[in-house]
Amino acid sequence: MSRFKQKKVFTSYIPLVSLTKSHHTTTASQGEASSATEANERTPLMAAVNLQASCSSGLASEDDANVGSQIGAAERLERPPRRQQQRNNYGSSNQDQPDAAILAVPNVVMREPGGSRPSRLTGGGGGNGGPPTNEMEEEQGLKYGAQHVIKLFVPVSLCMLVVVATINSISFYNSTDVYLLYTPFHEQSPEPSVKFWSALANSLILMSVVVVMTFLLIVLYKKRCYRIIHGWLILSSFMLLFIFTYLYLEELLRAYNIPMDYPTALLIMWNFGVVGMMSIHWQGPLRLQQGYLIFVAALMALVFIKYLPEWTAWAVLAAISIWDLIAVLSPRGPLRILVETAQERNEQIFPALIYSSTVVYALVNTVTPQQSQATASSSPSSSNSTTTTRATQNSLASPEAAAASVQRTGNSHPRQNQRDDGSVLATEGMPLVTFKSNLRGNAEAAGFTQEWSANLSERVARRQIEVQSTQSGNAQRSNEYRTVTAPDQNHPDGQEERGIKLGLGDFIFYSVLVGKASSYGDWTTTIACFVAILIGLCLTLLLLAIWRKALPALPISITFGLIFCFATSAVVKPFMEDLSAKQVFI
Amino acid sequence: MTLPEFFGCTFIAFGPPFALFVFTIANDPVRIIILIAAAFFWLLSLLISSLWYALIPLKEFLAFGVVFSVCFQEAFRYIIYRILRSTEQGLHAVAEDTRVTDNKHILAYVSGLGFGIISGMFALVNVLADMSGPGTMGLKGGTELFFVTSAAQALSIILLHTFWSVIFFNAFDTNNYIHIGYVVGSHLFVSLITLLNANELYTTTLLINYLVTILTGVLAFRVAGGTSRSFRKFITCQ
Repeated sequence: MSRFKQKKVFTSYIPLVSLTKSHHTTTASQGEASSATEANERTPLMAAVNLQASCSSGLASEDDANVGSQIGAAERLERPPRRQQQRNNYGSSNQDQPDAAILAVPNVVMREPGGSRPSRLTGGGGGNGGPPTNEMEEEQGLKYGAQHVIKLFVPVSLCMLVVVATINSISFYNSTDVYLLYTPFHEQSPEPSVKFWSALANSLILMSVVVVMTFLLIVLYKKRCYRIIHGWLILSSFMLLFIFTYLYLEELLRAYNIPMDYPTALLIMWNFGVVGMMSIHWQGPLRLQQGYLIFVAALMALVFIKYLPEWTAWAVLAAISIWDLIAVLSPRGPLRILVETAQERNEQIFPALIYSSTVVYALVNTVTPQQSQATASSSPSSSNSTTTTRATQNSLASPEAAAASVQRTGNSHPRQNQRDDGSVLATEGMPLVTFKSNLRGNAEAAGFTQEWSANLSERVARRQIEVQSTQSGNAQRSNEYRTVTAPDQNHPDGQEERGIKLGLGDFIFYSVLVGKASSYGDWTTTIACFVAILIGLCLTLLLLAIWRKALPALPISITFGLIFCFATSAVVKPFMEDLSAKQVFI
Repeated sequence: MTLPEFFGCTFIAFGPPFALFVFTIANDPVRIIILIAAAFFWLLSLLISSLWYALIPLKEFLAFGVVFSVCFQEAFRYIIYRILRSTEQGLHAVAEDTRVTDNKHILAYVSGLGFGIISGMFALVNVLADMSGPGTMGLKGGTELFFVTSAAQALSIILLHTFWSVIFFNAFDTNNYIHIGYVVGSHLFVSLITLLNANELYTTTLLINYLVTILTGVLAFRVAGGTSRSFRKFITCQ
């Protein structure tokens, strides 16, 4: 039990802000995955499960240790597809009907006040680039930034609220009597110097475990051991959602003196936990998923507050923000490597450990059941016809793609196809878009025109959508499918897609700070910490919009929080107490 | 009695500011950020004045700390004024709702509300925490009006900060030194008047403070371009 607990502690260390990006390709490769399952003639359930596994292997990749913020990177990732769509729509006239239906949606949206946004990609080649472009993009980033700052403020505040309310109402979380294995020094000596050294030693031990776990994670990720990572994460959230929630429920009932029988408690726990596991790891309404993530983070923060000795908690907060700084910003920092690898592989950040303010994950998953239905309803023979259809359609669409898909039709195994597409995308499509300046050169060197590479991902996605609509057999289903994808295609233009992602680790440590501050019973300290953390988050996001690279979310906020916490409790509190005792208002 | 008192006082002090927040701030991300930034600046001013209060030897005289605190707060109001005015271009680019920058009083109002809310919170939140139980005031000496008067004073301070910021920002825009003097002077006056609360002269202090609040409110209304005619129109919903 305690071993699991400790394992959990490190699994959910993920201080990270990052921006969501929309992947048609993710959806698309799921489509491929479903065609793979289809070929295997699974039952619907099996197909669904398999699908989940395959998409999780795509998604799980960037997991807990992802600390960093990447408004910029994500924006870069995100904008090009839109441009491609526009270009596709205007430029290529040889698209067949379904494509037009799908692509008609995105190019409508032009949010720029001064007309369509000049792209950086075309800006370099087309000659309309230059300072105005950058400025405009910067502004755009900031404009969306302001909204997304609020979209992060709300969940962060909610998480803190849960923790503070719990700390103040359930005394169980206020006192430390049991300790984690990682903190062998229990700070029971009254001497401040001894306390200081034991806190330092404890936090060093804890941090070294965190570092080791992070490196382990990177190794697993680099080796593409997605199943292990995914299993690890599922186990962790299982622990939190069942065991720690049970403990929480128990203490809650005890604090309010409410009797409850075990069957009822078990029923509640079962429903709560299973829904949570489903919505976090599989699919569910976005709000529900966000709610569960916030609760999980709050629970984790409560665990930290409960089981870490007092000085150690402060030392850990300081140490983790320093580690965050190193891990994200240093050139060989593990979290930076993770973020970059994930971008290279064009993979979604794993949803179990990242709070995202967007609908991307939900959308990706709403497509899934349809696909699995389609998968279940069609026969293996239709998969053959699908392949041919695809080839012809591709030849209609563009010669290069036709060549590519002819190659692919040569592959007998659909799963192989998926791999193919995935690797093509990973190696040429998205990275080109992501790091356009350096990779554009590569692509050109490789003999592809810029346009071709830029269009590649779009074409692949489209192709896969076609596959979906054709393989689903009846026209009705294909319509259904299209109505689902339409918003997906539409959203890259909408602001919903450009959400910011914040690692649950940030939630956890912010909440630990605020919760710890409130455990001293002084509300002014709590409020000061809260405001300081929000301002720190604001500054981080501002820097994110300016620098456009992954940034650690902890250092600024935690530094502000610590300064204000100690300053308020040491200096401001006596002053304010004097004032409010005499009812003097300043 | 404790819990109803807690809720009553909370709503007295924070009901109107909360309503202001919900109806005028909450819909615009930029305003929320400015509100929090203003709160942060108020915190900085409080930190400096507490440091001052802790370091100087005149701890017995609260008035001394109060005077300096008022000075620091006004200094930070000026700082946030400078910051907001210098980032106005950027704000104009960033804001979805261009009213924020088109109407200069909105920035002043938002930052003033931020100042007010955090100030009121710091003044009242620990009192409120004590209010929720298990004991209450007035059982063993002391006055049972303590909580209610605190809440009322906090409300007046919150509103005053909002008005002050509107007047102050406009005064610096138009170089109206009388208004600047009025803001600093009335802030000092109100804070020093509340020193009388220690002697339980609640009627005096509350009356004077609310008088000042109404006066300042009227001045802020006029500064923001309101007239008696527009007020009448507003009241009669024309």
